[in-house]
Order: sequence, then structure tokens, then C-alpha cells
Amino acid sequence: MTPMWYIVLSAILFSVGAVGVLIRRNAIVLFMCIELMLNAANLALVTFSRINGTLDGQIMAFFVMVVAAAEVVIGLAIIMLIFRTRRSASVDDANLLKY
Amino acid sequence: MDKLKLPDMDYVALLPMLALFVAACLGVIIEALVPRRFRNIIQLVLSIVALAVAMFFVVKQSGEVVASKALTAGGAIMIDHAALFLQGALIVLGFVALLLFGERSLEFGGPFVAQAAVTVGSERDREQTGRELGSTETFPLALFSLSGMLLFVSANDLLTMFVALEVFSLPLYLLCALARRKRLLSQESALKYFLLGAYASAFFLFGVAMVYGFAKAVDFKAIHAEALLGEGNSLLLIIGLALLAIGLLFKVAAAPFHVWTPDVYQGAPTPVTAFMASCTKVAAFGGLLRVLYVGFDGLGWQFTPVLGAIAALTVLVGSILAVTQTDLKRLLAYSSVANAGYILIGVIAGQQLGLTSVLFYLVAYGFTVIAAFALISLVRDADGEATHLSRWAGLGARSPLYAGIFTFILLAFAGIPLTSGFIAKLSVFGAAIDGGQTWLVIIGVITSIILAFPYLRVVVMMWLSEPGESTPSVSIPGGLTSTALGIGTLATLVFGVVPGPLLDLAEKASSFVR
Repeated sequence: MTPMWYIVLSAILFSVGAVGVLIRRNAIVLFMCIELMLNAANLALVTFSRINGTLDGQIMAFFVMVVAAAEVVIGLAIIMLIFRTRRSASVDDANLLKY
Repeated sequence: MDKLKLPDMDYVALLPMLALFVAACLGVIIEALVPRRFRNIIQLVLSIVALAVAMFFVVKQSGEVVASKALTAGGAIMIDHAALFLQGALIVLGFVALLLFGERSLEFGGPFVAQAAVTVGSERDREQTGRELGSTETFPLALFSLSGMLLFVSANDLLTMFVALEVFSLPLYLLCALARRKRLLSQESALKYFLLGAYASAFFLFGVAMVYGFAKAVDFKAIHAEALLGEGNSLLLIIGLALLAIGLLFKVAAAPFHVWTPDVYQGAPTPVTAFMASCTKVAAFGGLLRVLYVGFDGLGWQFTPVLGAIAALTVLVGSILAVTQTDLKRLLAYSSVANAGYILIGVIAGQQLGLTSVLFYLVAYGFTVIAAFALISLVRDADGEATHLSRWAGLGARSPLYAGIFTFILLAFAGIPLTSGFIAKLSVFGAAIDGGQTWLVIIGVITSIILAFPYLRVVVMMWLSEPGESTPSVSIPGGLTSTALGIGTLATLVFGVVPGPLLDLAEKASSFVR
């Protein structure tokens, strides 16, 4: 089986995440879609690492995991803050800033 | 088994970043140990000392840059002239913005909320708004962010760049949520900035993966060599560059990736807005320049037209939407979008002239925008800052000095001679004509004229309207805001009257080492 299929899979996962961010309304789901995009990038990195025959890609995937974990901490803190006040995590409800 | 070879580390070259990082860690410890009422002054002094140390080493380094030794930290960091110039600019602008963070005399407890976790509108929240001192975690957060920015402008591979991008963005998301007044707006701006920022950095990361697939490595030298060679799947390279550009253009607030800018600039606490408007712009453009001119300059003829279209769209969107704004912070946000477009014109112009003009523009604009937001933080009423345009009517009669300074700043934004804005625009447009991008210059000049309208409308409003009942008063600034305002205004004037020294410095800095 050629490793190229994994790249195709990662592109599909990335697209699912990217479209998900655009069409979903719940901040938590949006956030999960972004995580999906990051993990799709991880899959691509690891696969390219295999195709290229260098280890860099696998090392990069570790870095990305750490960064994604830090992002989760910040993101959930902000979403919690909004949820406490508004009792809703919908991004459509956060609409005070406009025009 | 082979002996493990450690990468070479030139710690002196990394000291500016390390100094800020260590100070930020110390700042976190201070938060835990020192009583609340002493924290502000201690954090402020610590931050300023750290910035001074960092600046000292940047200046020291700048005298002894050798192309062969510029690469350090195992090839991850490149300390060349451009990196040092950008680092110096970031440190100086960061210093001026941090002065605004520490201001406590404008309102009780400073511009930041005491406990961000307290629910907005609750009993406890009303209590803390009036009575509790603001949080000072903002200093370490800003320092973390600044050290990320220093790393971002000197990163030599895409992975370091991605990590630095997150290191400087994550604290900014939090800082946006910490306003003392209008907390709902502040939290909303943090949510929007975070979601869109994380979305953009996911694109950046996928771009890194694609480029890695093409070049088998992610450092700029290898990417450049591989792109010149022209073997391999160039589709991966083009897709990779496009995705990287989305991530970077989001940070510089170029249209169509600018939609977060007005909301975040309006909702965030004004000192944070000043910090973002000046420092983030420098860092993001520094990163963009390095990616385009060190890693991907073999693709110049492919990305220049696209980038040109984006620059044209950015200046048009920024200037036209600025006309319709009724809130001063939003107006400045759209003006910053338009200015990002002008800087992009300089980036497209390329060559040494283009790079010089971009570096000059970034510094000049950074000082002016900090002064503008410092002044906005002074005009207040009982509810905090009065940012609605109509409230500024007749301010000239109330306090001619501050209205005069603000007029000067707006004229600088509009690009009137004898201000740094004029020299900056002139050098960018000159470089663009030199680089054969005359059509961008035409659009740039037209939009500058459109953009002058909202600025002059504010000026006319301040001076020619009678002050009404609702005209807010201008608070007497404390020492810190006065210093920030003074430095910003003076820099705007000095760079406008004698731009020579800074232009020389920028010209020396306008070469990247590959």
C-alpha cells in the first residue's frame, strides 16, 4: 500500500475540520474541528517523514502535540469564561462587537 | 553507537530572547509570592529591566554579525542584521506599550480586571470593579508574547516559526480577555481572536507539512535549494506556500483575513490593543519577509501577482470601511488594516529598497499607533473610555493640548509631510515604483486620499464642534501614559523631520542571510 493514501486521508481530515469551523456554531465543536486540522497536519508530517526517509517529520509531530495541548488550555479557559456569563457556548450569541 | 552530537548553541546571540523569557517566568513567581499592592510596580520594573538587558545584547550583537556565524541553535535560529533590527524594534515598541500596561492613575486599579474568572455582572464582579486592584499577570503574559515575537522574526525553519507563532499568540488571546470595564466585549474579542487565530495557525501548520513533503526539510535554505532545483512535486510547494501565507497574512491583518481586527481592537483593553497594533505587526511582517525572501524567493513570479491583489484589496477594504466607522478604536483598526496593505506593497516591491521601506514603515507606524491608543485611553467618562466618535466632538475646546496631539497623530496616519507617516508612505511607494508595481502605487495613493477623510472628520469634529453635555473630560495622565504618549508623538515628529538615521539603520538591516 502506498503511503500517499495517508496524505489523501490527512487532506480529507483537514478539509473536514476546515469546513466544520465554518458551518458549526458551538465554540467547543469549532475548537474540536481546529484540533482535527492540527492532527491532520500531524498525520501528513509523519507520512511525509516515512516517504522522505527522514525523521524530522516525526519530531515535528511531537512539537505540534505540545503546542496543541497548550492551545487547548488557553482555548477552554476563554470558552469557559464566555459560557459562565452567557450560559451558552454558541458563537452566534457572542455578537456585541459589530460594524 | 555513535556519540550523540549536541547542536551548537550561541547563548549570547539568544540572550535577548532568554532574558525576556526568564523575566516572564520570574514574573509568574512574583504573582504567587508578593502581596497584590506591590505587584504592579515590581512587575513593571522587572519587565523594563529585562527589556533593557535584551536591548543591550541586541545592540551589542548588531556590531558583530558575521554571515557564517549567524546561524545558531542547531540551525533553528538566524541572528542576521534583519533579525536584530526587528528584535530591537520589538523591544523598544514593547517597552512603550508596557508603560501603558502599568498605568494606575487613570482609574482605580489600572486597566485590567482583578479576577478574570469572576462572572460578569455578578455581585462579586461589581465589587471587584470598584474596589480591587487589577491583575498584574499581564506583564509576564506580555513578556512571553514578546519573547515569542523575537523568536518569530529570527526563526530559520518553519517548525521554529510555528512554535514561535503560538508562543506569541496564546498570551495575546488571554490578554484580550482581561479588560476591567466592558468585560463582555473584552471576552467576546478574546473568543473571536482565539478561534480565528487557532484556525489560521492550523492552516500554517498544514502548509508546513506540505512544504516538508516537497523539500524533505523545513529550513529555509533547504526549501530554497529544492525549489531552485525544480524536482519533486511542485504542487505541494505551491499549496504549502499558499497555506503558510494564509497563516501569516491573518496575523498582519490583510484582507480577506482581516475580519477579526476591528472586533479585537475594539474589545481588547486599550494597552493590549496598542501592544498588538505595534508589536504583532512588526513580528508578523518580519516573519512574512523571511518566508518570502529567504525560503521562497525562487517562486517570486508566482506569488507576486497574488500578493499584489491581496495588497490592493487590503488597502481598499481598510480605507473604505474606515470611512463608515463611528467608534474610534474600530476606525483605527481599519486604518491599521489599510496600513498593513501599504506595508505589503513594500514587501511586494522587494529588493533592498522595498525591505528598507518596510522596516522603516513598521517602526514609524508602531510608535504612532501606540501614541494614538495612549491618547484614547485618556478620554474617559464615568463608564471608562469614551470611544464613540460623537463623544469626541468639541474636545479641542475642552483640552487643546491633547486634541492638538491627537490631530498631529491623525495627520501622521494620513501621511502629511513633517510626520513619519509621510516618509514611510513615500519610501514604500518609491520602492514599489522602482520594483515595477506602479499599479499598486496608484491604488495606494487613491486609498490614502480616501483614508484622509475619516481622519480629518475626527479633526474637524474635535476642533469645530461646540463641546456638549456629553463631551467627556480628558484625564490628566500619570507619568507612565505621559511618557508613552510623549515617546510616540516625539518619534512620529523626529522620524518625519530627520528620517535619515532610521532609514540608514533600516537599509543596513535589509539583508537576510540564507
